[in-house]
Amino acid sequence: MTDSALASEPAPGALEAHAARQDSRNRWLLSLPALLIIFLFASGPLFVMVIYSFLSPGDYGNVKWDFSTDGWVNVLLQRDIFDDTLMWADAHLSIFWRSLSLSLITTVLTLIFGVPTAWFIATQRPGKREFWLFLVTVPFWTNLLVRTIAIQELIRAEGVINNVLLALHIIDEPLQMMFTDFAIGFGMTYVYLPLMVLPVYAAVEKLDFRLVEAAYDLYASRWTAFRRVILPLIKPGIIAGSILVFIPCLGAYVTPRVLGGGKNLMFGNLIELQFGAGRNWPLGAALSLTLMAIVMVALIYYVRITSREEKKDV
Amino acid sequence: MNALHSTAAPPSSAAERETAIEARGITKIFGAANGFMALDNVSVAIRRNEFFTLLGPSGCGKTTLLRVIAGFEPPTMGVLSLNGRDISQLPPNKRPVNTVFQNYALFPHMSVANNIAFGLEMLGKSKSEIKDTVTEMLKLVQMEHLRSRRTSELSGGQQQRVALARALAPKPEVLLLDEPLSALDLKLRKEMQIELKRLQHETGITFIFVTHDQEEALTMSDRIAVMSAGKILQVGSPREIYAKPAERFVANFIGESNFLNATLAGDSVTLDAGGSFTVTPPEGVADGEVSVLVRPEHASVRAGEPGAGELAVTVETIVYSGDATTLHLKLATGETFKAKQPNAPAEAGVLPAEGDSAALTIAPGAVTVLKD
Amino acid sequence: MSEASLTTAIVEERVKPAKRRRAYNVRRLPGFAPIALFTFFALYAPLSILVFYSFNAGTSLAIWEGFSLRWYQQAANNAQVLDAAVRSLLLAAVSASVASVAATMAALATTRTRRFKGRTMIYALINQPLMVPEIVTAVALLIVFAWIKVATGYTGMIYLIAAHTAFCIPFCYLPIRARLETMDDTLEVAARDLYAPPLKVLTRVTLPLLWPGIIAGYMLAFVISLDDVVITEFVKSAGQETIPTYMLGQLRRVVTPEVNAISTVILVAGAVLVTLFFWISRGRR
Repeated sequence: MTDSALASEPAPGALEAHAARQDSRNRWLLSLPALLIIFLFASGPLFVMVIYSFLSPGDYGNVKWDFSTDGWVNVLLQRDIFDDTLMWADAHLSIFWRSLSLSLITTVLTLIFGVPTAWFIATQRPGKREFWLFLVTVPFWTNLLVRTIAIQELIRAEGVINNVLLALHIIDEPLQMMFTDFAIGFGMTYVYLPLMVLPVYAAVEKLDFRLVEAAYDLYASRWTAFRRVILPLIKPGIIAGSILVFIPCLGAYVTPRVLGGGKNLMFGNLIELQFGAGRNWPLGAALSLTLMAIVMVALIYYVRITSREEKKDV
Repeated sequence: MNALHSTAAPPSSAAERETAIEARGITKIFGAANGFMALDNVSVAIRRNEFFTLLGPSGCGKTTLLRVIAGFEPPTMGVLSLNGRDISQLPPNKRPVNTVFQNYALFPHMSVANNIAFGLEMLGKSKSEIKDTVTEMLKLVQMEHLRSRRTSELSGGQQQRVALARALAPKPEVLLLDEPLSALDLKLRKEMQIELKRLQHETGITFIFVTHDQEEALTMSDRIAVMSAGKILQVGSPREIYAKPAERFVANFIGESNFLNATLAGDSVTLDAGGSFTVTPPEGVADGEVSVLVRPEHASVRAGEPGAGELAVTVETIVYSGDATTLHLKLATGETFKAKQPNAPAEAGVLPAEGDSAALTIAPGAVTVLKD
Repeated sequence: MSEASLTTAIVEERVKPAKRRRAYNVRRLPGFAPIALFTFFALYAPLSILVFYSFNAGTSLAIWEGFSLRWYQQAANNAQVLDAAVRSLLLAAVSASVASVAATMAALATTRTRRFKGRTMIYALINQPLMVPEIVTAVALLIVFAWIKVATGYTGMIYLIAAHTAFCIPFCYLPIRARLETMDDTLEVAARDLYAPPLKVLTRVTLPLLWPGIIAGYMLAFVISLDDVVITEFVKSAGQETIPTYMLGQLRRVVTPEVNAISTVILVAGAVLVTLFFWISRGRR
């Protein structure tokens, strides 16, 4: 053994620390392109939007670089044009209410139709299961606009439903279904249904049916087994599906625009208005940030619930 | 690098043997400073052309030590050297050390031949050299007929042999084997034990083998290091470890043991249960109360009253295991004792029955004093 | 009873078929199957009508006047439609490619590792586009790009490509990450043990095994980009139409079945892509 050939010992932990630092640095470098792109073209602009929400609207759109809090104030309040007093912006408030209620209704409707569908698919034999999954996925991957147009074809004054009803002499005049809250709700339910089915399907697929068998073995009725055993076990999937439907509904733009027309605005349309005919970019910015804040709250609530569920399981 | 076919006689004297891998004061702590200490100041010198086994229960640190030697875990403290050269800072792909992994880790998207060729490709060998070596390796592990097969289609034993061939192809200085036989069934395992021994002799490469199976270690190794809780308790040949275990843990881990209380006086020890025996006490053990080890096969039992040099026992249970019978006895002191003796052909009635009193003879030289 | 009739009675009893009992199916919940089947019907009915009327010879969207391919011909000859189609495909191809590369790198960096400093932050940032409603991102980009356009006068495709790449990255990232997590990492350890430098480990072991995940991510991103309406609508400059924005514009004017024709093509393309996707993920398991 040659002592001289052995180098002096490194400090305790030095080798590990060096390896760990190199590893950490490499990982950051690898992530850099993705992070940079997203920061520049998705996250960063949000900060710019914050700045714009505190500016004054320009005369022909865009902004004047004068500080103003009007953008934020006008989200909820408006100034009376005659006596300059502040009062509730009724138009905005009704739009917020419409967005919230339609989103909730849509979520409930997708639950009612989506959970049985997901259950049905997941309880098929493995070979047939793929077929049904495929069937549910195709609309999911179809353009949102195409699906909205399909609904429009159904409920227009000269649309299929009216034609059928008229032909059967059930009605004399075409029903006005387009450009109503009903149209928007109907359209959103149709469009976002696959988003509810897929997470619930994932949850049911993972379900250990021996637990259900145990419930029946212990004299539970079908309804009790569903309520006390199945439902709690697939709850994470249901919660995920609800969030996946509720949040896009809140921020929906295309479906309300096509089916609701210019009269029944939802949050997204109100925002767009400020960048179009409304020519109030700061207000648009403030409204967007408000919507984002509401969505963030919903997401945090979701994360809270799911981690609580996970802790309960343990 | 070693020649693949070493025709020289195995090195016999300490002077001829050179040290291949030496670990000095290797300590490994996972997590922060007060985290889990997997290796505690481990020092060992492994010789060239040796079949060296790291033996111990799960969690003793044997796999961690292997990974430190391979280069996948940097040690928290200590130095590792290969042939006298410090390799502690070398990354694994620069160390002439190859590993056979416990789950084989064969590349599923490559054929058997391409798996074996991989290390050679990375070393930049020429195409013809690669081709020759791969053929040579396939012959060595008797897998020539499967050279183009996808590795996912092979049986466990076949995958194992491919993993071996792949690790041997680059002709490393040291081959590390991480419990490679644990996934095989008993018969296959015994075959592979002989196979591995043959490979080590043919190639002359130093093998460092990790296992928790003490029988495997005893059968295959030139030397064994018994580990527990991050420390090496004893290093020695299988005979040394079995006959002269340094401490209670080693004695208990390897083979069956009987521990008895006794009194030591110089080179003679007297059992509490009776009888005196000549011993060579290990260093650092003072006269007085000691624990001693007696292996079950070094004692015999016969029915009847104890005579001179025999101890009085009561037979509690008799266990028959085909080639031998183990009798579980109770001594006059209340200590339990297991005696194992081979079954003579067609012999009935010579052994005492359960519940009987009997006489126990402990062979001279069978008593080892333990450092506790 | 006579012996003969007794025997007959016993024999008859044995020969009578046992009452067939259906096994208790734990997977059946009352009413779920009908609702599910109705839902499937409801999902496809509007789309079927859309497809059906794309072959309508007349201009009305609801009154059938005979079979005709005129709307497909009209769309195919419509310069605007072709321009929009080319732009959509180009945009999707470029964005999905860049996003796949960036997402693969990010997935390699953030998967199969013990916690390193900032991992959750990277993870959150990569998934950020999924958490913000599209309209919010769209107006934020509108603001920023408007400013840049005014400052530089440049109004090319780069804005659209940048915006699409950004929201495609998380869609690529998820399937790649999922695939990576199922991969046995001792393979890379074995490769390093066999003298492979880090780059070779990547190209000879990691990437070949990761490839199905990357393809899945690419396809997902491609479709997401093709389908995007909101962000494209806000970011595009005048004249830069994609198929969805073209259709949105058409809806404001007199609606002809040309819209149906284009929709049908999109639908069929989507079905083809989904089939490919399923085939890939099944074949490579």
